[in-house]
Amino acid sequence: MVVTKEKIFTLLSEIPDPEIPVINISELGILRDIIVKDDTVEVLITPTYSGCPAMKQIEDDILTILKKEGVENGKVTMVYNPAWTTDWITPEANEKLRKYGIAPPEKTTMDKGALLGKPKVLECPRCKSKNTKMISQFGSTACKALFQCEDCKEAFDYFKCI
Amino acid sequence: MTSKEALFKYLLRLGDTSLILAQRNAEWCGHGPFLEEDLALTNISLDLLGQSNALLTYAAQVEDKGRKEDDLAFHRTEREYYNTLITEQSNGDYGKTILRQFFCDAFNFYLFSELTKSKDQTIAAIAAKSIKEITYHLRHSSTWVERLGDGTEESHSRMQDALNELYRFTGEMFEMNEVDQILIKEGIAVDLNNIKVDWDKKIVEVLNAASLKTSANTFMQRGSRDGIHTENLGYILAEMQSLPRSMPEAKW
Repeated sequence: MVVTKEKIFTLLSEIPDPEIPVINISELGILRDIIVKDDTVEVLITPTYSGCPAMKQIEDDILTILKKEGVENGKVTMVYNPAWTTDWITPEANEKLRKYGIAPPEKTTMDKGALLGKPKVLECPRCKSKNTKMISQFGSTACKALFQCEDCKEAFDYFKCI
Repeated sequence: MTSKEALFKYLLRLGDTSLILAQRNAEWCGHGPFLEEDLALTNISLDLLGQSNALLTYAAQVEDKGRKEDDLAFHRTEREYYNTLITEQSNGDYGKTILRQFFCDAFNFYLFSELTKSKDQTIAAIAAKSIKEITYHLRHSSTWVERLGDGTEESHSRMQDALNELYRFTGEMFEMNEVDQILIKEGIAVDLNNIKVDWDKKIVEVLNAASLKTSANTFMQRGSRDGIHTENLGYILAEMQSLPRSMPEAKW
């Protein structure tokens, strides 16, 4: 059976992020490249955060799909360079995040304010109010911060820029 | 010492330092002063563990003796660990934990910023990844140091106690030996004298804002560069390593 890079890419794009299942690993920018050589397929992935516990799950999911396609010599390699950035999340995925209740990352790669302590003005993903405040820089997962809307009073996650 | 041996030791130093600090912070899991801080500390811990994982994975590759990152983490004794002494100090109260974190974050911030320019491509890549995380850590810990130091009488006195206890472990973070000499020459490692200038400046700035004072004649403890530790490390490793050592075949 002949596997092509495109075919594998389409299949792997179905894999949802284990922690934010509304977006897949391709939209999130975790899936970097696929190298097909004879009967081996090497899949390059990059972690969002160094210690992201979802990476093992993603690796297992990739290997399971490759096996199902009849690829016996599947391999997943973790690459660090270039380092993952929230800029790689596609606009469509950002919209899916918003609908899921997570405020998508504001553009501009690294928060300059992260070090200077300038608070960000974010829009509540539920009621669109800009009257929001940060509760904690660290949310339910490493990639998110916790905010609260002062108008609808709901707490919400913010996918912070890195 | 060959440059390969120097690189291996340098990676152990960086990887062990992140690993032990991660382990210490993880002790707070479920015990934080309130939910958000519990989450913050464990998130920071996870970042550090991830950084350590990348560094020790590379260390094992450089060593090239068939060991893996888990072998390095779980099957070395205290004398074979090179984490800085400050990372292994007990958690104490939340103020002490946060001050320890601040000293380490400030150090990591300047060190890893420079390491992004390392001639060793793998170190540069790991540093570029880590610095994004460290920036958030530093903001978090420095804000808390200011808030607690400049807070109530009680929080101020606890922070000052923590400072009196921890400051003596900051000197050896900047100590250099043969490992550094070899790797600086090759453009791989960073001259820690330069890091110290930036670190001092940041520490003075934040401690001033927090109305905390260091005493001028602090005797600086040393030893980690030679694998000599305070008694804390043995207990940390005993807990961290007990499972893989008693059940080497365990898989999860």
